[in-house]
Amino acid sequence: MAIKSYRQALNEAIAQEMRRDPTVFVIGEDVCGGTGAAGEKEAWGGAMGVTKGLFTEFGANRVIDTPISESAFVGAAVGAATQGLRPIVELMFVDFLGVCLDQLMNQAGKFRYMFGGKAETPVVVRTCIGAGLRAAAQHSQCLYSMFTHLPGLKCVVPSSPYDAKGLLIQAIRDNDPVIFFEHKLLYDMEGEAPDESYVIPFGEANTIQEGEHVTIVALARMVHFAKEAAAVLRKEGVNCTIIDPRTTSPMDFDTILDSVEETGRLVVVDESYPRCNMGTDIAAVVADRAFHALKAPIKVISAPHTPVPFAPNLEDAYIPGPDKIVAAARLLMKR
Amino acid sequence: MSSAITPVTMPKWGMSMTDGTVTSWLAQEGDIVSAGQDLVEIETTKITNVCEAPAAGMLRRVVASPGENLPVGALLAVLAEAAVPKSEVDAFVASFRQEFVPGEAEGPAVEPIPENVEANGLKINYLAVGDGAGMPMVFIHGFGGDLSSWQMNQAALASGRRALAPDLPGHGASSKSAPAGGVEGLATVVGAWLDVVGVAKAHLVGHSLGGAVALVLALREPARVASLTLVAPAGFGPDINADFIDAFRAADKRRSMRAVLEYLFADGRSITPELVENLLKYKRLDGVPAALDKLAAECFPGGRQAAVLAGRLGELAMPWQVIWGAADRILPAVQAEAAPAHRRHVLEGAGHMVHLERADEVNRLIEVLASSA
Repeated sequence: MAIKSYRQALNEAIAQEMRRDPTVFVIGEDVCGGTGAAGEKEAWGGAMGVTKGLFTEFGANRVIDTPISESAFVGAAVGAATQGLRPIVELMFVDFLGVCLDQLMNQAGKFRYMFGGKAETPVVVRTCIGAGLRAAAQHSQCLYSMFTHLPGLKCVVPSSPYDAKGLLIQAIRDNDPVIFFEHKLLYDMEGEAPDESYVIPFGEANTIQEGEHVTIVALARMVHFAKEAAAVLRKEGVNCTIIDPRTTSPMDFDTILDSVEETGRLVVVDESYPRCNMGTDIAAVVADRAFHALKAPIKVISAPHTPVPFAPNLEDAYIPGPDKIVAAARLLMKR
Repeated sequence: MSSAITPVTMPKWGMSMTDGTVTSWLAQEGDIVSAGQDLVEIETTKITNVCEAPAAGMLRRVVASPGENLPVGALLAVLAEAAVPKSEVDAFVASFRQEFVPGEAEGPAVEPIPENVEANGLKINYLAVGDGAGMPMVFIHGFGGDLSSWQMNQAALASGRRALAPDLPGHGASSKSAPAGGVEGLATVVGAWLDVVGVAKAHLVGHSLGGAVALVLALREPARVASLTLVAPAGFGPDINADFIDAFRAADKRRSMRAVLEYLFADGRSITPELVENLLKYKRLDGVPAALDKLAAECFPGGRQAAVLAGRLGELAMPWQVIWGAADRILPAVQAEAAPAHRRHVLEGAGHMVHLERADEVNRLIEVLASSA
C-alpha cells in the first residue's frame, strides 16, 4: 500500500471526489491563496497546504478564495448545500467557530429535522485543532466536544492518513453536515493509505490493538501517545486495548463498552479542556452501562481547565502526554 | 552424536515475518514426537499457527517459554534421541545461542514489492518472488482473497524458481471490475496476465474459486500447465456454503467480519485482528462491493456453483492433485472424492484455508508433485 502523509491523504480525498462529482467545490480563506493579488494564484493552498494543487486542476469556479468573513462563506456553503451542491469549507482554525456558529448550530444542523426530514445539507467544514504549534490561545483549541454536543452535526476526528482519506470521502458523500477536525501536529505524519478511493463508515471505532488489562480510548494526536504509553506498559506486563472512536458523532460506544467489559479498566485521553469533553462523555456512558464490569475507577486525562499557553514550556506541560497515560494505567492496575 | 540433535527454530511464515511469539507448547519435555507432529503454537502479527516437529525424536529441551517473542531462526527447542547425554544437549543450546545472528535466517532484507501490468484492459497486481531458472509456479487465490492468501506458501516454494501470485480482478490491488463470464472470464484474464508477464508454462496452484480458474486454464491450455494443484477448489460439485458468500459480502464491521471468517478456519484462533482489518479495508474500496456481487452472481447463482467441472478431470494430461481440509465449511471435503484416491489429500485439522492451517504439509505436497512433473 502507498505511503502518504495525512496532508496528502486529505488532498487526495478532495481531488478524487472533485473529479468524480462536479458538484463538489472548495471554499475558504486562502484555499488557493493568491486571488485578488498579482502573481501566483495558487500561492498557498490553505493555511496548512491541504488544498494545494486543486486550483490548478479545477479552476476558480471550484476552488474559491474568500475574504476574512467566516459568517459569510460558511453561510454561503450551507446555502449551496441546500441547493444541491457539495461544498467543502475550510475554516482555518476551529477557534474561529465563534463567528459562524449560528450557520452551523442553528441552520445546517437543524434543517433536516425542521423540514420534516426532507432537507439535505451535504456540507463539510474542514478545520484544524490542537496545541503544540506555538500558535497561542486563539489558534490551539480542541473544540470537537462543542460540536458533538449539538444534534444534527456529524463530527470526525481522524488520527492517521488512512482514516483521514476514507473518512473525508465519506464526509463529502454524506448527506448531512459534517465537521471534520484535522490535528495540526498530524499533517506531516506518514502512513499507509490506498491510492484508490474508499470510504470508512461513521460510527465505527478503530481498535488499534487488543490487550486484556486496560482499555485506552483516545482521539487524534492522543492516539499516538496512547500507543507510546501502551508500549511502555507492555514491558511491565500490562497489556492495553487502544480504541480510536474516529467519529465523536455518531460515537461507537458499543466497541468501547465491549472492551471495558473485558478489561474492567478504562483510561480516556482527550486533549481538550477537562469539563464537558469527550472524556467525561465516554466516562459517563461507561459508568451508566458497564458499571458492573469496572474493576477500578475510570480515569480521564485531559488538558487543564485553562486557555492554551503561549510560553513553549507551559504549552508542552499543558498537552496530555504518554507519561500521564502510563501513570493512570499503573494506578488502575493496583486496584 | 551431535548429528542426532535437531534444533526447532522460529519458522518464517510469509515474507514480512521477522519474529513470532510462542503461545503454547503442544508437547512436553520428554515426549517422543514424530516428524510433522504439531509441536508449538506461534503467533505472528498476521496469523497464529502451529509449528511442526522437523524430525522425529524426543523433545529434550524447551528453550522458549510461552509469551516469549523471538526473531525468525531463534532456537525454540531441541529434539534428540534419549541416548544423547544431557551435557551434549546443553552444549548444543549454548553454541546455538552463541552463533545465532537474528535477521540472518530471514533471507534478503528487501521485501519483494508487488508490481502491476495491464491484461485484457484490467490492471493486474501481482507479487513475484524468487529468480531461479526452474519452471515457474503460479498461485491463484479465491473469492474475496488476495495474493497474501499465499503468505505461507509462495516464498516457501520459491527456491530455484519464480513464484508468482496475482490479485484476481476485483480483488487486492487489481482493477476493481470483474470480467464477465464467471470462472471462464477469470481464467481468460489470468491467461492474458501470464502472457504479459512472460510465463509460457508453469506449475499452477489454485485455491477455492482460484482452483476452478486454474482447472479451466489447465483444460483450455494444457500445454502451459506443468502440474496442477487444486486446494479446496470450486468446480468439484454444486454445493457451496451460500451463507458464507452472502455474509462476507454483507460484513462491514469488525465483529461481523470476524464471525464470517470463522467459517474459513478449523481453528478460529488463526483469525488475527490484522486479517479482519485488512479485509475491511479491502471491502471499503470503491468498486469492490459491486465486483464481489457480480462475481458471486455469476459464479454462485442461487447459492450453487455454476461451473461444475469434476466430470472433465479425466481430460487432465499433466500431473495433478487435490488438497482439501477435512473440516472445510465452505466447500465440503466430500467433493474431493471426484478425484481418484491417489490424487487426493484430505488433511485433518484444517478448514477451507488448508494452505494456511497446514502450510508445511501443503507445501510439501506441492513440491512433490512439481518435482514429478
